[in-house]
Amino acid sequence: MSFPRPVPAVTDVSRPYWQAAREHRLDLQRCDDCNEWIFYPRQVCCECLSSALSWRQVSGLGSVYTYTILHVPPHPGLVDDLPMIVAVVKLDEGPQLTTNIVDCRPEEMAIDMPVTVFFDDVTDSTTLVKFRPL
Amino acid sequence: MSLRGKAAITGFAEMPPQKRPEGKTSLGIIAEMARGAIADAGLEKSDIDGLLTAASLSDFSMLWPSAVVEYLHLKPRYFDQVELGGASSAGMVWRAAAAIEAGMCTSVLCVIGDTWDSKLFVNKPPPFPATELEFDAPYGLSGANAGYALIARRHMHEFGTTAEQLAKIAVDQRTNACANPQALFGKQLITIEDVLNSRMIADPLRLLEIVSPATGGGAFIVTSADRAEQGPNRPVYPLGAGEAGEHSSITRAPNMTHSLVKPAADQAFKMAGVSRDQIDFIQPYDCYTITVLVTLEDAGFCAKGEGGRFVEENDLTWRGDLPCNTHGGQLSFGQPGIAGGMSQVIEGVRQLMGRGEQRQVDNATIGYVNGNGGIMAEQCGLILGVEA
Repeated sequence: MSFPRPVPAVTDVSRPYWQAAREHRLDLQRCDDCNEWIFYPRQVCCECLSSALSWRQVSGLGSVYTYTILHVPPHPGLVDDLPMIVAVVKLDEGPQLTTNIVDCRPEEMAIDMPVTVFFDDVTDSTTLVKFRPL
Repeated sequence: MSLRGKAAITGFAEMPPQKRPEGKTSLGIIAEMARGAIADAGLEKSDIDGLLTAASLSDFSMLWPSAVVEYLHLKPRYFDQVELGGASSAGMVWRAAAAIEAGMCTSVLCVIGDTWDSKLFVNKPPPFPATELEFDAPYGLSGANAGYALIARRHMHEFGTTAEQLAKIAVDQRTNACANPQALFGKQLITIEDVLNSRMIADPLRLLEIVSPATGGGAFIVTSADRAEQGPNRPVYPLGAGEAGEHSSITRAPNMTHSLVKPAADQAFKMAGVSRDQIDFIQPYDCYTITVLVTLEDAGFCAKGEGGRFVEENDLTWRGDLPCNTHGGQLSFGQPGIAGGMSQVIEGVRQLMGRGEQRQVDNATIGYVNGNGGIMAEQCGLILGVEA
């Protein structure tokens, strides 16, 4: 029996993020009052608690803050992805996100490596936000 | 405001971790641990008027404290659950003392039991926050292995920490486990080479640097200082406590190598009026080797970034210069789910009561215990001592 891969359970709050990814665009929320970039999507700004948040397209550029190479599947639906590179990428705009690095062999991975966004259409309805070396 | 001298830990019970539940349930283990700890403290069940517990990972449910009350036919005047992940047990100590000091109750049973095994979340989603299931799990960051590997990799990058240095922690703790008949992995010593040759799980972390899920549990009794003096054991006083939090997913931690162990420890030491060089042993939460290394640095036993060299140059065994996880740590004692952190609190109490048997630290009077939950997300530092 094969397990389906884990996909995001999209909420009304996060839907614009995942919809943008579906359209191969990286959009983040920004606070109109304090200018904080916000990730993940929220109903209020995590710094000043304002509700005045706007969606803005960002560069998709960033660098690897840290990474690990998994040799044991963290989920039965990810068995075929091994060995998988799980990374934390720091976007040029500031927020950090959990992601995978593609088009890169594990031995080529390095902290601080510059990366650019890559949209992976993993199912008919889900696009994950991944990165590849710049 | 200080809790120093207001209450004491007067008895405990602990189940040797086992690989499989073997017919036991979490509530059943809790009941056995409660019976043992109440008797050890020289109390009757009717003396218990406070309860602190934590929902097991295996039968996680709402209304957990009242389920425990019902199972044991307790009549608490104060009861609650502490949900700080692996820091829950450490977090119970000062909460119990504070409830006693506030006049809510006189004797608090602190108890956890769990029937954890690695297959638990294969067929059902782990009860992680929805934000982590949505933004981390689809990329493979679910469960703790990847999270702590991210920290270890970053620590190696910033400070030159080596795999050999991390391995030394597992080796010294295994030596301690071999002096603890209750330990799940206490039969065979290991070497740094054994650790480095063990299977790579989440690079750079290897099998022998990662806790093994187990079934088990533990309990301790916190009672008012005046009652504590009348019990059969040497009372162990909470001298200081500190807690800190600021993230859930490690990806959203402001800094992966500088943890919240620091503010929690700083507050605990300040409240206790104790300095680092007065500490006779430490029992830091050790889900992974890197957890111990970061805790040594951030709790102030060595400078930031020098944890690798510190563990290389110091003997962390029970007879060493800084005895660390004298029961073997969860790495070698076993991690009975949410009860894992209980082993560190109980071992701290055991050493201070002078009940460490063949691994007793000489003249132990003050110890540091750290509880850590999630991926370095919940921190609770405790200073325990034999004099109020």
